[in-house]
Amino acid sequence: MKLSVLVNEGPYQHQASDSALLFTKAALEKGHEIFRVFFYHDGVNNGTRFTVPPQDDRNLQESWTALQAEHELDLVVCIAAAQRRGILDENEAERQGKDGNNIAPGFRISGLGQLVEAGIESDRLVVFGD
Amino acid sequence: MSMLHTINKSPFEKTSFEACLNHVNGDSSILMIEDGVYGAMKGTAFSEKVAATNGVALYILGPDMQARGISEDRLIDGVKVVDYAGFVDLVTEHDKVQAWL
Repeated sequence: MKLSVLVNEGPYQHQASDSALLFTKAALEKGHEIFRVFFYHDGVNNGTRFTVPPQDDRNLQESWTALQAEHELDLVVCIAAAQRRGILDENEAERQGKDGNNIAPGFRISGLGQLVEAGIESDRLVVFGD
Repeated sequence: MSMLHTINKSPFEKTSFEACLNHVNGDSSILMIEDGVYGAMKGTAFSEKVAATNGVALYILGPDMQARGISEDRLIDGVKVVDYAGFVDLVTEHDKVQAWL
């Protein structure tokens, strides 16, 4: 079955990002297709490569990036939510006149239309958040 | 049409669990995850409301239950424990998924 996942929470609020990651892994292991994972609201904080958690702490960004590389997942960060929270890719940094970018490998920045499309194209949309 | 309702907040913290119980019907299932697992415990001020959901299948995510030190013998009768693979199965077996956040 074709599934999409919506993540509305960052790594350090409650448990939503952990739940979403484990659900996505389980769905892939069962042979389902993950059409897209969309990061919205504070969920965009999963997509910065500049976080440096302690070594004995989990690193959700790296886990998402690794899962993306393994399964060619489409990890999309909402552009408006990302700009508010200082998550930029190379193009956006240049467009906004900022001195650097921090988008993590495997993530891409796009618009809310990508969430609408995920809802239309997928058999189920599973929401994790606050 | 069957619907899977996911609950991720304790009924002692937010009213989302109670709101969900007011909307579920016989074709629906409820899956308690994250802090929502506290709603599956028997002997609490909320237990009777959960147990009164006639015909609604009740599930709890095992890893989240264990992370909070809740053993299976403390669950309301009839609550089934599932792992993440079981979570995925519940999503695909129901027509829709509604997250009560």
